[in-house]
Amino acid sequence: MMGALLAQLPVQTPDVDWTGLLPVLLPSAGALVLLMVRSLVPSRVMPAVLDAVWTFAVAVASLVSVVVLWQRDAEVQAFGSQLVMDGMALFVTAVVLGSVALVAPTLPRYCKRVGVASAELCVLILLAAAGAVVMAGAADLIVLFLGLETMSIAAYVMAALNLRRLESLEAGLKYFVLGAFSTAFLLFGIALVYGATGTTSLDEIGRHLDTFILLRDGMLLAGSAMLLVGLGFKVAAAPFHAWAPDTYVGAPTPVTALMASAVKAAGFAALIRVFVEALGTRADDWRPAVFALACATLAVGSVLAAVQSDAKRILAYSSVSHAGFILVGVQAASDSGVAAVLFYLAVYAVIAVGSFTVVAVLSGQRDDRTGLDTLAGLSSRRPALALGLTILLLAQAGVPFTSGFVAKFSVIAAAVEARSYWLAVVAMVSAVVAAFAYLRVVVAMYFRDSGDEAETAAEAPKPAIGLGAGAVIVAAVLFTVALGVVPGVLESLTSTAAGL
Amino acid sequence: MAAAVLASEPVMYSSSSFVAALTVLVLVPAAGALVLLAMPRTRPDLFKLVALAASTVSAVLAVWVLAEFDAGSAASFQFWQQYEWITGWGVSWQVGVDGLSLFLVVMTALIFPLAIVGVDAEHSPKPYYAWMLVLEAGCLGTFVALDLIMFFVFFEIVLVPMYFLIGGWGHGRRAYAATKFFLFTMFGSALMLVAIVALAFLHSSASGAGVTFDLTAIATNQLLATNTARWLFLAFALAFAVKVPLFPVHTWLPDAHTNAPTAGSVILAAVMLKLGTYGLVRFGLYLFPEASVHFAPLMITLGVIGIIYGAIAAAMQRDLKRLVAYSSVAHLGFIVIGTFALNTEGLTGGVLQMVNHGVSTGALFLLVGMIYERRHTREISELGGLQKPAPLLAAVFMVVMLSSVGLPGLNGFVGELLVLLGAFNAHRWWAVVAAAGVILAAVYLLWAYQRVFHGPASGANAETPDLRWREGLVMAPFLAAIVFMGVYPKPVIDRVEPAVDAIIAHVEDNVAGFAEPVANVQPPVSLEDLARSTGEADHNGAGNGAGEHNGGYGGGAEHGEGDG
Repeated sequence: MMGALLAQLPVQTPDVDWTGLLPVLLPSAGALVLLMVRSLVPSRVMPAVLDAVWTFAVAVASLVSVVVLWQRDAEVQAFGSQLVMDGMALFVTAVVLGSVALVAPTLPRYCKRVGVASAELCVLILLAAAGAVVMAGAADLIVLFLGLETMSIAAYVMAALNLRRLESLEAGLKYFVLGAFSTAFLLFGIALVYGATGTTSLDEIGRHLDTFILLRDGMLLAGSAMLLVGLGFKVAAAPFHAWAPDTYVGAPTPVTALMASAVKAAGFAALIRVFVEALGTRADDWRPAVFALACATLAVGSVLAAVQSDAKRILAYSSVSHAGFILVGVQAASDSGVAAVLFYLAVYAVIAVGSFTVVAVLSGQRDDRTGLDTLAGLSSRRPALALGLTILLLAQAGVPFTSGFVAKFSVIAAAVEARSYWLAVVAMVSAVVAAFAYLRVVVAMYFRDSGDEAETAAEAPKPAIGLGAGAVIVAAVLFTVALGVVPGVLESLTSTAAGL
Repeated sequence: MAAAVLASEPVMYSSSSFVAALTVLVLVPAAGALVLLAMPRTRPDLFKLVALAASTVSAVLAVWVLAEFDAGSAASFQFWQQYEWITGWGVSWQVGVDGLSLFLVVMTALIFPLAIVGVDAEHSPKPYYAWMLVLEAGCLGTFVALDLIMFFVFFEIVLVPMYFLIGGWGHGRRAYAATKFFLFTMFGSALMLVAIVALAFLHSSASGAGVTFDLTAIATNQLLATNTARWLFLAFALAFAVKVPLFPVHTWLPDAHTNAPTAGSVILAAVMLKLGTYGLVRFGLYLFPEASVHFAPLMITLGVIGIIYGAIAAAMQRDLKRLVAYSSVAHLGFIVIGTFALNTEGLTGGVLQMVNHGVSTGALFLLVGMIYERRHTREISELGGLQKPAPLLAAVFMVVMLSSVGLPGLNGFVGELLVLLGAFNAHRWWAVVAAAGVILAAVYLLWAYQRVFHGPASGANAETPDLRWREGLVMAPFLAAIVFMGVYPKPVIDRVEPAVDAIIAHVEDNVAGFAEPVANVQPPVSLEDLARSTGEADHNGAGNGAGEHNGGYGGGAEHGEGDG
């Protein structure tokens, strides 16, 4: 019926594979529906829990559509090949939606306790997810930019959503100002690359550079440098990471979890699309830059994580150092490097959501009690919670039999295969430094002196975990351990996604 | 699948009907830990029983493996098994024991139940015993692993339970000691992981085959450029040197030992330090024969420094436990020089010493723990005259201490003698210096014994209770092992030596111009020969021929010593 109507119109419409776009359409439509329903239906009729339930349902439905698309043979191209749902796009989409599905169950209790408007938060989460999916599937620099902006603007607002807390507003403002600044770099980079190659399609940029030798490639180099800066901001790579710690700490903790998982995954998907795929022939030009970026990110992230005294801030800096690890995989500029990046993204997304959820559970009425001292003696107050956080932290440190080890192994293997031995060494040494930061958290939970412990245990009541957050933490821990023991399942998925 | 790989790997040998023994051996303690985790907190009395049961099953299996082990083919891997693990990356679960690892596995599996039964958890028994079992699984896994990644995974995982044991149940600056221990060891193995991956990729690109982390496949097909192999060896050696610990990366050890709970110290000394020395043999000599020969002088020098430094530092300690900890640094130095003597005597002695040190020092730490439990101090100056109120304790301590000193008739003597013989043939003067370490060991241990047990017992010392039944039963197996291996080490040597010979032969095969440094003895010369040879000036006996070979190697070695 719709098709018949369209056919009568004088304009030529492109042939669009709507099912292929479901991972984009479902979250956007879900967000709009929720927004509409919330503004029409009075809140006493519709309990706040339903926002999160809806978000979870939309995320799961989109995940199902991803699985269906994954099992198709042909990759989906839409809008004149401006959006491509290939293996990598689907994998990153799954990571993004999976993070949303993991965060959603923790929201009702959190929003009620801290006083964050849950409807707005859920709408923004779904919109950000839609933007992230567009980024993952973008086959054109302009589409990439659209997705990035959709995601970022939603994220700016989410960061500032805890209105009772000054730091949250600061986080939102900082994120917004620096994010807008970086977007300018990105746009300028797009313009320069367009100037150098005459196209914004990533495919055609690649083909152009394959076919022609640029006699004067200054514009291309400047353009790719700008793109690297712009995307470097998004994934919080040093020296463009300055916004990250403050924003991570100030933002409502579930939002922080999403920034560390979904937003980061989308940013790295864009990095791979632009650099490994489109600019793959110019790898010799950009690999040294990414090498330097990775080294700086690893060093800054792990060293600064080790000197913090706030659990949330430790996790924020450790997120920077993980970005460094993922950059090691990008730097390999190979299919196995891409597979390693995808593996790391999936693993880290789950770990990050799990760890930040533990922090959120403990963070108190205003979501600001995140110092290491609030964790003191957690092992005696909440042994299971302490054990869960410990496993997630050990996974971040890369201890064997956790997914974190396998992820580190995969990027190290990719780097070594690409003969980047020193980068691999830097990465492993920085992992040791970062381990010190995680051990500080563990020490706070387990090894405080007994007198001290009794004191804190007496004054601090048992934190209430709640069903949703509890289930999320359990799921994250199980995923982390199971993948550490049998990583083969995910490994074959990432290999397929990377086209190995 | 296993059969197919077996056909392509002629060195592999499986002797028994129950080939899964080693896998079960590793998994039973891990399963025990999971069971403990699931148990309700209302039954604290059961925790120890479950832990004991799980570790006893492993111990029984280990003894069964020992009984079934075919001494005739001790050089090949028995009870060998391979499963696919991460197929896409060429990682497999591959286990097996040969003469090198057999006794380490048996010792580990036997010491854990003793440590569990001998020392009670001071508090929170459930996590304590769970960590002990995880630790046991990790240690056993390291000794039986024949895949590089599998080895690394187990080598690294032991950090976690030990970290929690030191931090959670330790004394003094336990959080500091635990963190230091974790970071030191992790730093060492961080570079090893890069080296393992690099080794596998370089090997695969040189051989043209797919990436594999199979130890034997890589070791028996030496393809790497000399320089590359040397770099990789250094990365491996650093990881092992931290674990051993070799001077100058030993500083975590006294802190960890002193602050650890008794069972933690026992396992740390008896088993975990052996992960390093075992690694040096299996993943040093075997994987990188040329680099091992090249760096042997450096390693021996570090070993000798460790012996002397450890002995002097031990003699200066005021804390009994710290004294034993430093004595470990010295004893492990012997193992390292035995290993890098690169001859049958030295390496056999080294492997024997791994077991001997485990038994003796494990027992010493148990005894120190018993003294601490009675007196609540480990300050040597506050102890004294314990012999009168606790004669049995003193007697047991005496025997264990003498075995650590290396008294003939006890186990330490056999190992040290072999190590010194081997080292004497390879690096004469270093052997002489190392032998001085034996005397120093006698000095600091006897002196400590004298200060703690002799003299008048005053105050609380006079009230020290003697060994209890349970403690006596725990010590009995240690004493039996100490005496048995001292009096009749043949069954052990029979199983260790073929494996050692195979490794030495492997090194000789793969290193041009290297011959095992053996005793350079002139054959007896008869008068007729002498009369005949006066005319021929260039006549050489067989022994001199070997000497020439040696000369080439010795020259290189001296050069290396200058570097070190």
